[in-house]
Amino acid sequence: MNDSWWSWDHAFAVFPVLMDGFRYTLLVTVVGTLIAVVLGLVVAIIRRISPPIIRGPVTWVVEFIRMTPLVVQLVFASMLLSQHLGGTLWVGIWVLGIHYTTYMAEVYRAGIDSVAKGQWEAATALSLPASRTWRAVVIPQAIRNTLPALGNYAISMFKETPFLVVIYVGEMVRQAQTYGGDTFRYTEAITLAGLVFLAASYPTSVLIRRLEKKLA
Amino acid sequence: MDGVIGFFEQLGPNLEILTARMPQILDGIKVTLLATVLGGLLALVIAIVFGIAQVAKYTTVRIVARVFVEFFRGTSLVVQLFWLFFVLPQLPYPFGFRLEPLLVGIIALGLNYGAYGAEVVRGSIGSVPKGQYEAVSALSLSPVRGMFRVIIPQAWALMLPSLSNLWIQLLKGSAIVNTITLYDLFFRVEQMRDQTGTWFAYIFALLAYYLIAWLIVITMNALEVRAKHSIGRGPALKHSLRSLFQAPGSPAKGGVA
Repeated sequence: MNDSWWSWDHAFAVFPVLMDGFRYTLLVTVVGTLIAVVLGLVVAIIRRISPPIIRGPVTWVVEFIRMTPLVVQLVFASMLLSQHLGGTLWVGIWVLGIHYTTYMAEVYRAGIDSVAKGQWEAATALSLPASRTWRAVVIPQAIRNTLPALGNYAISMFKETPFLVVIYVGEMVRQAQTYGGDTFRYTEAITLAGLVFLAASYPTSVLIRRLEKKLA
Repeated sequence: MDGVIGFFEQLGPNLEILTARMPQILDGIKVTLLATVLGGLLALVIAIVFGIAQVAKYTTVRIVARVFVEFFRGTSLVVQLFWLFFVLPQLPYPFGFRLEPLLVGIIALGLNYGAYGAEVVRGSIGSVPKGQYEAVSALSLSPVRGMFRVIIPQAWALMLPSLSNLWIQLLKGSAIVNTITLYDLFFRVEQMRDQTGTWFAYIFALLAYYLIAWLIVITMNALEVRAKHSIGRGPALKHSLRSLFQAPGSPAKGGVA
């Protein structure tokens, strides 16, 4: 090859394209995390309070989703649902969100288990209704210790958004790949995409490690 | 024809299609298993080397290991895969070579999950009680001997559950390799989809991956029972067969791509 391996012209040309895709990367991460945070708690509570006949199947479904590839789930769901959800972007958000729901449910379960038994007894002694026991006593204590894990999962979801290339969502890596295919120059596009991931995820993970130390 | 009802109505004919396509499916399973097993072994080697390097005596070694781990954790599996596949061949001499797609898959999976594994190894070495380190010097074992005979056997038992999770994550991550022209299990299932319809093809794919994941779980549970037994903290494998089928927890914090 006679041209140099790194071209700043290409780098400057592709960067805005990547940033355009980065908006989707962020949207998917934020909404996906919100889904996982809310549904994860719901699943954890269901697994705690429901009778075995419900708990069994729920546990199995959670385990099944957790142990099967996100990529297969993405393509499967996009085949079935992309028309109903208004495009593959929303399929991607929901599938990622539900996949991480199964991780978050475990985190909440550990959080709920770590609430001291005396707290439940105190709630009974004060004859608080079940809903208030959960809302005012258990959940606030359970959630505090789950914050670092939640942060870590948000970062890993962020780094897993490129899996959405398989359903053609125009997030950053998809944009890099398209630019590479159009110009036959992959070097700048994919290298920069990787550096953007590093630049965004490393400082965040350092912050979470600090939070972890502070809570511990 | 599609839909849940269609799934059951067409189950018989679809199973025949599946049987007819079995050679290709098995080829795909072979590729997935190769990527998962060899990628997993590479990840294990990287995890152990860089995990120990992070607790090394020399600051330079620690810093190099730290940078390596943060780099491969931070840049996303898919980017690493595409970089090795698309960018590496475009680099000038001596780097401008094209690797076999399977090798690209194995290296990318190994580097990415190996970096996560290095954190697990580091953490487990750190969780071995301090008294054990004191025992090493009290018995005047050399630091290297103490590391391999006292600390690592105990850390090994501690790290196995997390490594098990990481290996499942690696298996799940391997389903992306068809984007670099590898004909893995998922690729073969998608080939079958036109004939069998969406529901059958993907439910088969999910079940196949689920079964492979369970093979990993059982293998790793067996290793864990053995490791605990060998340091005197649990029954022998033949006395605790039930624990082999214990479902794994969720991946260790941040232990996902």
